[in-house]
Amino acid sequence: MTTVTPQVSQSADPRKRTGSIVWHVFAIAVLCVVLYPVVWVIGAAFKPGKTIVGSAQLFPTSPIMDNIKGLGDGIAGISISSFFLNSLFYAGMAVVGVVISSSLTAYAFSKIPFKGRKFFFAMMIGTLLLPYHVLLIPQYVMFQKLDLINTYVPLLAGKFLATEAFFVFLMVQFMRGLPRELDEAAKLDGCGHLRTYWSIVLPLSRPALITSAIFTFINAWNDFMGPLIYLNEPSKYTVSLGLMMFRDQQGISDYGGQIAMAMVALIPVVAFFMAFQRYLIDGMATSGLK
Amino acid sequence: MSLVKDATGATSLADKNTSVRPVAHRRRGRRDNLAGYLFMSPWLAGFLLLTAGPMIASLYYAFTNYNLFAPPQWVGFDNFTAMFDDPRWQKSVQVTLKYVVIGTPLKLALALAVALLLNQSRRGQGLYRAAFYAPSLIGASVSVGFVWRAIFSDNAVVDKGLGALGLNLGGWIGDPDLILYSLVALTVWQFGAPMVIFLAGLKQVPKELYEAAAVDGAGPLRRFWNITLPMISPVLFFNVLLESIHSFQIFGSAYVVSNTFCGPADATLVYTCYLYQKGFQQSQMGFASAMAWMLLLAVALVTAVLFWSQKKWVHYEEDVK
Repeated sequence: MTTVTPQVSQSADPRKRTGSIVWHVFAIAVLCVVLYPVVWVIGAAFKPGKTIVGSAQLFPTSPIMDNIKGLGDGIAGISISSFFLNSLFYAGMAVVGVVISSSLTAYAFSKIPFKGRKFFFAMMIGTLLLPYHVLLIPQYVMFQKLDLINTYVPLLAGKFLATEAFFVFLMVQFMRGLPRELDEAAKLDGCGHLRTYWSIVLPLSRPALITSAIFTFINAWNDFMGPLIYLNEPSKYTVSLGLMMFRDQQGISDYGGQIAMAMVALIPVVAFFMAFQRYLIDGMATSGLK
Repeated sequence: MSLVKDATGATSLADKNTSVRPVAHRRRGRRDNLAGYLFMSPWLAGFLLLTAGPMIASLYYAFTNYNLFAPPQWVGFDNFTAMFDDPRWQKSVQVTLKYVVIGTPLKLALALAVALLLNQSRRGQGLYRAAFYAPSLIGASVSVGFVWRAIFSDNAVVDKGLGALGLNLGGWIGDPDLILYSLVALTVWQFGAPMVIFLAGLKQVPKELYEAAAVDGAGPLRRFWNITLPMISPVLFFNVLLESIHSFQIFGSAYVVSNTFCGPADATLVYTCYLYQKGFQQSQMGFASAMAWMLLLAVALVTAVLFWSQKKWVHYEEDVK
């Protein structure tokens, strides 16, 4: 993708070309092993339920649609689309919350020289390594007292209140890298902080915002523990919980519907990933290093 | 969504304030202070309400008997002594340590190996990188838990593959001795995130070092050991820290992959599974809080030991030059 130019000179030398072929063969072989489970789920979704586990074949010789069609019946009277809409709501609102609250906080930490900034920044970094489980029970007790169990508020509160320090940190790193002259010029022109944030820093921070948005979406989509603890009415279940319901209702060894549903549930994540993987991977690398 | 209102309410206040032009430096300093606090108010509220407050509460609960319906009763260190005497707690510690100690090094070794492979300029590098990263993102989903259950079952692909190699182990999911290793395989499979960080680190190693070493006649293994490894040790340190802390907190995959609750025979009763069972299935919030604090102490200890060991094996650039 990125290295077209050195390739030209490489292919001129036959020994280097063999090396290149060996490299590609090896890399693809490793990749086949790594991606095997992902491809397997696609094939398995079209196999008869009883043969899914026993057959070594990746794809069925005569694919059937029964598993997929069966999803139309829903689970325990709840349609599959209900789980998807719930997950979409959760993940969508999580993205909105994280992007707004984390970017505001990151602007404060990176661009406003206020008293106590270093102290609060250190506190924020400190929460990066804090196991979530320490907060789990008191948070549950608090939301229970507020009568908010079985709503999405406990799942989203943290997103709107920038408690995911990783994203604040990622945005701070990015905003610090923006040229100082820009916001100084804005200040001279009489821009206040809100104006500078909105018209200068935010548009320039797009890569960091997009990275955070995708990570948040995928994390919320995959989230299992949060919904498991806070949601108890099947009509409010997300896809993760819907999948578990499916498994419990069908019995643990009948894989037909389960695997079909698992495949369908993976589609949004895989699509999101394919569309934005460049941002994601670069964001991952920079947040880890600087 | 009162929370949205909270965030936007804060910003409209900031707007009113910052639209006043600075007259004196003193005023600008004060204005910055106010703006700073307003801009970080979502985080500050979250920190107080959802982090600091709960931490204090959880420390208090750890010393009480609390079932959510009656007020907490102070019991001193009873939860902690009961915990150490509890064979299932001991089992959960054992299971978790096994998972962390076996899984983390394997995952990092694979991540580094693939990063070294991808660190050569080849056609389609970006595509390879993305493809290897993919499992890291989907690995946490219940869907992949299902897939894992299916491919590690009795008579399924892994079983048959190993059988063909003469290793008749049977299914992993139903076997208390093996099921934990299917979880280890799942975490190793998600090597993409540390791989990307390794790759970024490898790109920073100056090419001249390798050239100089090659002139001195150092073979590839020696170059890896004496140049690559020391040069990427800060990145290695970061990955070890992040991955081990992350592994301590495994929950979803243990819950989903197992057919019975984190078992058979408690074989995948990882620490957080037991914490969940105590807190949310048996309403022993005090005991669960005490468990959470032990987890926090363990994570803090691992972090401290890693930071302490840092000066022995992590080389920052100043040392090299």
